[in-house]
Amino acid sequence: MTRLPLRRRGSVPAAVTLRLPGRLSLRARPRGAVVVTALALATTALVLLLLGTGQEQLGPLEVVRVLNGEATPTQWFLVHELRYPRALVAVLVGAALGIAGAAFQSVSRNPLGSPDIIGFTQGSVTGALTVVVLFGGGPGTVAAGAVAGGLATGAAVHLLTRRGGAQGYRLVLVGIGAAATLSAANGYLLTRAGVDEAARGLMWLTGSFQGRDWTQFWPLLAACALLVPALLTRGPALGLLEMGDDTARALGGRPEHIRLTALTGAVLLTAAATAAAGPVTFVALAAPQLARRLTRATGPDLPAAAAMGAALTTAADWTAQHALAAVTLPAGAVTGVLGGLYLMWLLHAERRGGRL
Amino acid sequence: MTPSAPARLTADAVTLRYDRSVVARDLTVAVPDRSFTVIVGPNACGKSTLLRALSRMLRPSEGRVLLDGEEISTLPAKRLARRLGLLPQTPVAPDGITVGDLVARGRYPHQGLLRQWSREDERVVTEAMAATGVTDLAERRVDELSGGQRQRIWIAMALAQQTELLLLDEPTTYLDIAHQIDILDLCARLHEEEGRTLVAVLHDLNHAARYATHLVALREGRVVAQGAPGDIITADLVEDVFRLPCRVIEDPETGTPLVVPAARRRAAVISG
Repeated sequence: MTRLPLRRRGSVPAAVTLRLPGRLSLRARPRGAVVVTALALATTALVLLLLGTGQEQLGPLEVVRVLNGEATPTQWFLVHELRYPRALVAVLVGAALGIAGAAFQSVSRNPLGSPDIIGFTQGSVTGALTVVVLFGGGPGTVAAGAVAGGLATGAAVHLLTRRGGAQGYRLVLVGIGAAATLSAANGYLLTRAGVDEAARGLMWLTGSFQGRDWTQFWPLLAACALLVPALLTRGPALGLLEMGDDTARALGGRPEHIRLTALTGAVLLTAAATAAAGPVTFVALAAPQLARRLTRATGPDLPAAAAMGAALTTAADWTAQHALAAVTLPAGAVTGVLGGLYLMWLLHAERRGGRL
Repeated sequence: MTPSAPARLTADAVTLRYDRSVVARDLTVAVPDRSFTVIVGPNACGKSTLLRALSRMLRPSEGRVLLDGEEISTLPAKRLARRLGLLPQTPVAPDGITVGDLVARGRYPHQGLLRQWSREDERVVTEAMAATGVTDLAERRVDELSGGQRQRIWIAMALAQQTELLLLDEPTTYLDIAHQIDILDLCARLHEEEGRTLVAVLHDLNHAARYATHLVALREGRVVAQGAPGDIITADLVEDVFRLPCRVIEDPETGTPLVVPAARRRAAVISG
C-alpha cells in the first residue's frame, strides 16, 4: 500500500508543543486539529440542513431565524421539539460510535474490531428486544435493557478471549461468533412477539433518528459527558497497546488494565448510542479509519474519530430523508449500505496488505 | 568484571512456568552491576523465559525478582519502566509510524496527562537517535526499513527510556552476520561508554564469549555455569550445555574463547 510520507521536511510540523509553567507541556498535531475543525464545521452545516428538513422545508437562513426566536409557533415546534433533538441525537450517536470504534480497533489491533462486527451492538439490541418482547417495558427500561445487553456481551466476549489477552483476531473472531448468535436470538425474539411488540421491536433492527426527542437526548448527553473524556485520557495508553503487550509493559503500561478500562468505556458508549437510536451500523467501523487516513496519525486519534462519526451520522440522516422522494429511510439503512461498500473495500485492502 | 560485583537485578529461587509446564525450578541468577550479562543455552533451556521474568513480563510462580533489593512486582509499572527497559524479541511497530515517532514512544514512562513533551524528552530522543546512528532516518517510516536499521531503531527507543538496566531478547536474530556484529558493537559501546547494565539472550556462543563480561549458561532451566567467559568456557562446558563436541581456542581478534565445533567425523567417533 503506498501512502504519502507522514511528514516532509520543511512542511507543516507533525506536532507542536505548548509549554506551560510548572514543567507542564501539551502536545498536539496541527493536522489533526485542522481535520477535527473541518469535520466539526461540516457537522454544524449538516445540522442546520437537518433542522430545515421535513414536512415543512426551511432554508438554512430561515433555520437560523427560527433559532433566534423569529418564527411562527408551528415553525418553533417543528424545529425545537422535533428536529433539534433528532439532529443532536444524531451528532452524539455518531461521536459516541466513532470514539468507541477507535477504542475497539486499538484494543483488537484490527480495523475490523468494531462493535457492530464483534457483537456488542447486537447484544444491546438483544437487551432492548428482551425488555420489549418479554416484559413489555417502556422507553426507560428498554434503554436500560440495551445497556445491560451490551455490557453482558462485552463481559462474555472479554471472558472468552481472556486467555491470550483479548487481542487481535481472537477478539474479532469470538466477537463475530457472538454477533451471529445474538442476531439469531434477536430474530427469534421477534417471532415470539405479539403484533404490537413486534412493531415496536422492528425499530431495533435498523437504527434511525426518526422521532427521537429530548427524552433520548439527555441520557445520551449524560453518558457522553462522562465517558468521552474518560476515553480521551486513555488515548496515549491505547497507542502504547498497538505496540504489542510486551513493549507496552516494558514502557510502563498495564495492557490488561488499559484493555479493560477502554473496552468498558467503549461498550458503555456503544450501548448508550444504541439505546438512543438503535443499531446505526458501520459508523464505528468506518469513522476511525476514515479519520486516521485524514489525520495520518499513527496512534488512535480519538477526537478525529468522534468528529468523523458525527459527520457521518448527520450526513446519513440527511441522505435518508432525501434519497427517495416518497419514503423516509432509516439512517441506519443508509450507513448500512455505505458501510457494506466500505467493508468490502477494507477487506480487499487488508488482503492486499497481507494482513488477512 | 568480577562475579562478586554487587547485583542490580536478581532472580531469587524462582520457579517459572507457562500454565502447567514448568520451565525452571528454584533458579537463582544475579546480574552484576555495570555488567554486559549474556544468557546462553540450547533451544528451550528457559533463557528467554528467564529474561521475561527478569523484566516482569512473566511472574514467577515461586520466588522473587529483585531490582536493587526491591521486589519488582511491587513497583508501580511506570516507575519500574524508568529503571528497567526491555527490548522484546519481535516488537510490533504501529502501522505507518515514523522512526522519530517510534523512538519518542520510549519516553512514555516519563510522561503524563499534562506532561506530554518536555524539553528533556526532546533532548533524550535526539541523543538516543544519535547514539544509535539513526538520526538521518527520523522522517522515514519504520516499515520501509531493513532489518538491521529496524533493530537499531528499537534500541534507540529503549535508550530513550533512559533506564540504567536494559534487557534485550535475542537482539541479533534475523540479521545477517555484519548486522549482528553491528548491533553487538552498539551494545558494547552502550555498556562501556554509558555505563549501562545490559542483559541479553544470544544464540551464538562465540558472540556471547566475545561481548559478554558475565556469562550465564543454562540447560533445562538450571544454571550450569556463570562467570567471565574466559573463566568458564571450556570444551567440557560446551559439551555439557549444548551436547556439542568442540574445541575451544583463543579468538585471534580479542583473545576471548572461541568455540570450534568438532568436524562430523570426529563427532561420530565420540558418540560411537
